[in-house]
Amino acid sequence: MAQSTSSVITLNVNGEKRTLPVDHRTTLLDALRERLDLTGTKKGCDQGQCGACTVLIDGRRAVSCLQLAVAAEGREITTIEGLADGDQLHPVQQAFLDLDGFQCGYCTPGQICSALAVIEEHAAGWPSAATTDVRPEAGVPPLTADEIRERMSGNLCRCGAYVSIVQAVARAAGVETAQAAPALPQQGRTEEGTAA
Amino acid sequence: MDFLRPASWEEALAAKAEHPTAVPIAGGTDVMVEINFDHRRPDVLLDLNRIGELQEWEVGEETVRLGASVPYTRIIERLRGELPGLALAGHTVGSPQIRNRGSVGGNLGAASPAGDSHPALLAAGAEVEAVSVRGTRMIPVEEFYTGVKRNCLEADELIRAVHIKKADGPQQFSKVGTRNAMVIAVCAFGLALHPETRTVKTGIGSAAPTPIRARAAEEFLNAALEEAGLWDNGRIIPPSVARQFAELVSGAANPIDDVRGSAAYRRHALGVMARRTLGWTWDEYRGNERSARCA
Repeated sequence: MAQSTSSVITLNVNGEKRTLPVDHRTTLLDALRERLDLTGTKKGCDQGQCGACTVLIDGRRAVSCLQLAVAAEGREITTIEGLADGDQLHPVQQAFLDLDGFQCGYCTPGQICSALAVIEEHAAGWPSAATTDVRPEAGVPPLTADEIRERMSGNLCRCGAYVSIVQAVARAAGVETAQAAPALPQQGRTEEGTAA
Repeated sequence: MDFLRPASWEEALAAKAEHPTAVPIAGGTDVMVEINFDHRRPDVLLDLNRIGELQEWEVGEETVRLGASVPYTRIIERLRGELPGLALAGHTVGSPQIRNRGSVGGNLGAASPAGDSHPALLAAGAEVEAVSVRGTRMIPVEEFYTGVKRNCLEADELIRAVHIKKADGPQQFSKVGTRNAMVIAVCAFGLALHPETRTVKTGIGSAAPTPIRARAAEEFLNAALEEAGLWDNGRIIPPSVARQFAELVSGAANPIDDVRGSAAYRRHALGVMARRTLGWTWDEYRGNERSARCA
């Protein structure tokens, strides 16, 4: 029996229907970048470790490198290109700009898509591994820096812009930055004025 | 590579019977890595994402029937009361993005000794519901793993669900890795107290060719708890008993040296995790206000 190795699929990307033939092995990431010219989504590791290719699929964040394009048919896909409303940036995008939540910018589209989901997941009451008490009756704690760091842990930044990323996510979530500010140790100084 | 997208469970079973070499794919967090890096070239992929019932679960009297494709995110959010050990293990799977897609069915299908859900399943007690066009069989999870990345599924079988015993006491999960997110476990340990049967069950991950229970350690602890009447009097477990339990857990492992850690380190870490998880769960059993925490 002759096997079929490709299919014509219709992807719903950023509210637009795009029809294209794809080899079955094509990942959603490659389809977006190479076939649909949506190069905002980045390829970092191609094995789900770095988060640079994070997009929203039916509103949930997922790494597009571990998703076959052919299996994404019928799902609602949102990429970084679909977040702004014309010239009006999405609040998460604006927060990353205002607080320098990046350096080289390569991981930023994935960081922003992930951050969007972090804010929604937290609002929906999902616990994280930083949530010390995960008993159902305990509720979900506020979006502290620790919570943001844990919830953003699927997105690596090789420039190490994490401090600003955490602040940007906190601002976009409407959390007081003081509350979300990372608790960095005071190097070489304590309140008593002695070396730590 | 042919790509099959059955719209129903019956269609999926028929397709698996017709194409026994077809590789089932749900979240894709394991299979896709192998495809992207050309480690595996399946001639047929069987996409299970259109089958709604695989994403559902039912909470029964004694067990939760967890659909094979229920993502970890759902387990953490909705089932952490019934399946606390699995929810804690789920928190350590990959990253949030991976947890939105990865599932216990996938962990079982891949049968990697490092799969995070295995220790929790072993400790809680679970059966795998394996189905083919020939019928359904229930496989105790202990018997499901047959070797490194091997399970006892027949070529025409698919995992429909996992039936996991609802917690009747505190459960814990602990995992050693180089960072919190995106690590394959160096080794992992799950522990569940079962006050109803006055037994303790364990699960060891990433420290033997397959996930295993530390049976000698369980038997020792069961006898020690019984003898001292600790289930009734709620006293603390004597340190000597905890130490002996930890040593027996270490001894149950059969680890290897690899890039992630040495065999000796794995044995040592397992003992530490065994002692700690026992302390945490026993504290919780004794009614202390200590919260259910991850290691």
